[in-house]
Amino acid sequence: MTTPKDFKAEIGSDMRVSQKRVLFITRRTSPQVKTHDELKVQTFPEVLIRAVLAVEVLLVALVTMSLLFNAPLEGLANPTNTPNPAKAPWYFLGLQEMLHYFPPVVAGVIIPGLLVVSLIVIPYFDINVEAEGFFLKNRKQRFLWAMIVSGTLSLFLLVFDVYVALVPTLIMAGLLLTAAYSTPETKNRFRRYLALKPISWWIMTWFLFELFVLTVVGTFFRGPGWSWVLPWRS
Amino acid sequence: MPGTFASYLEKLENSRVWRSIFRSGRGTSTLHNALAIQQNVFLHLFPTKVRKRMLGLGATWYLGTLTLGTFIVLVVTGVLLMLYYHPSVPLAYSDVKDLQFAVSSGLFLRNLHRWSAHAMVFLAFAHMFRVFYRGAYRAPREFNWVVGVVLLLLTLLLSYTGYLLPWDQLAFWAITVGTNIASAVPLLGDKIRFLLLGGNLVNANALLRFYVLHTVILPLAAFLFLAVHFWRIRKDGGLYVRESEPGVKAKKTSEEQESL
Repeated sequence: MTTPKDFKAEIGSDMRVSQKRVLFITRRTSPQVKTHDELKVQTFPEVLIRAVLAVEVLLVALVTMSLLFNAPLEGLANPTNTPNPAKAPWYFLGLQEMLHYFPPVVAGVIIPGLLVVSLIVIPYFDINVEAEGFFLKNRKQRFLWAMIVSGTLSLFLLVFDVYVALVPTLIMAGLLLTAAYSTPETKNRFRRYLALKPISWWIMTWFLFELFVLTVVGTFFRGPGWSWVLPWRS
Repeated sequence: MPGTFASYLEKLENSRVWRSIFRSGRGTSTLHNALAIQQNVFLHLFPTKVRKRMLGLGATWYLGTLTLGTFIVLVVTGVLLMLYYHPSVPLAYSDVKDLQFAVSSGLFLRNLHRWSAHAMVFLAFAHMFRVFYRGAYRAPREFNWVVGVVLLLLTLLLSYTGYLLPWDQLAFWAITVGTNIASAVPLLGDKIRFLLLGGNLVNANALLRFYVLHTVILPLAAFLFLAVHFWRIRKDGGLYVRESEPGVKAKKTSEEQESL
């Protein structure tokens, strides 16, 4: 007696015949299909021409700038002569500002690492999915959490003398407090706007605010020895 | 009798050679327009149709398009700059000086490359924040957001590696400050720094490595991720429209009826 052969449908097998596609038409609409009626235009030429125009406007701006302002070029690199201050490109000056307060492992590795990880996980984080005002549900509990987090953060920045980052944090905490005491029915338009903002908005806006303030301070307000200078009094 | 320009164009577009290259053929029908996108290896990354209201300036501010625009400008000016540049220590600086004083339009070329680089970093950040505040990162577009984060990092690295190439004081010390941070990584710090610089100091080896990263490795990586980024827009259902955002659903429908 022969042992029964074990036949298995295998995906990886070499198919010698080409498949036939069978289409089933059922009555129900697939959940993927949305029956939303909306005006569409052809990418060619309508979108393409607009994209090209947008790039051309940009090109005109860049060419104008290149004609008016020269790219900086200093003396030949000299390893024995350190300029004071030695500054990184502007988009890294926020990190360099942090480097002034914290050890390199914190400012140069942990903070940027956390930033990249947080950016990547944004769409996978459940709390971002509900796009509703943060304080519209569980107001008391959430208010407590918001105060603990922003309080701890502010205290941390205060202990390390990071006033440059503390000011935006305190402003955002103030706005968060305003949002907690506002509802979508509040008369004031700005408070109504704040009341509708979800938690993801608060975190990102705080980050954007910090990024902006730190970059501006690093670019314009830092002089020799990373001391505070005023750019209009040079 | 000489024909008009349009008639010559028509003749050309109907010729056998032309038709063998552009199979979509001549015509302005919807089908022809769709085929012009779908039959083109570069354009087929994009959808053949786009929702009309996404064309307005307010919907996207064209930030993604503009970021791509700066990238194209950078590739073109970058390749031209490569013709005048030696990535070696005594020559690099004098080559940049030559670009400024000896090469025809050299100064303009370098300016355009430099300002476009700054613009690209700024536009990539702006694009990211805009996408975030629109809520366009939500499912099913999560992965495209991640690809975008990778592209942002590539943009920063491209700009940063290019910063060293003029080999002036600004370049040298910016890279010294930056690469010193790399050595702060626990355990592997000094090894990473050595790998990056090809030595323990910012010297000729570092310049060569940064040059190869800046002109070959990082641009290739950027091209690859850009292709995925554009293709995913189509695969994820086109440019994001606000309707799918849970919070504004009810409000938007009434507005929409007004506009229709």
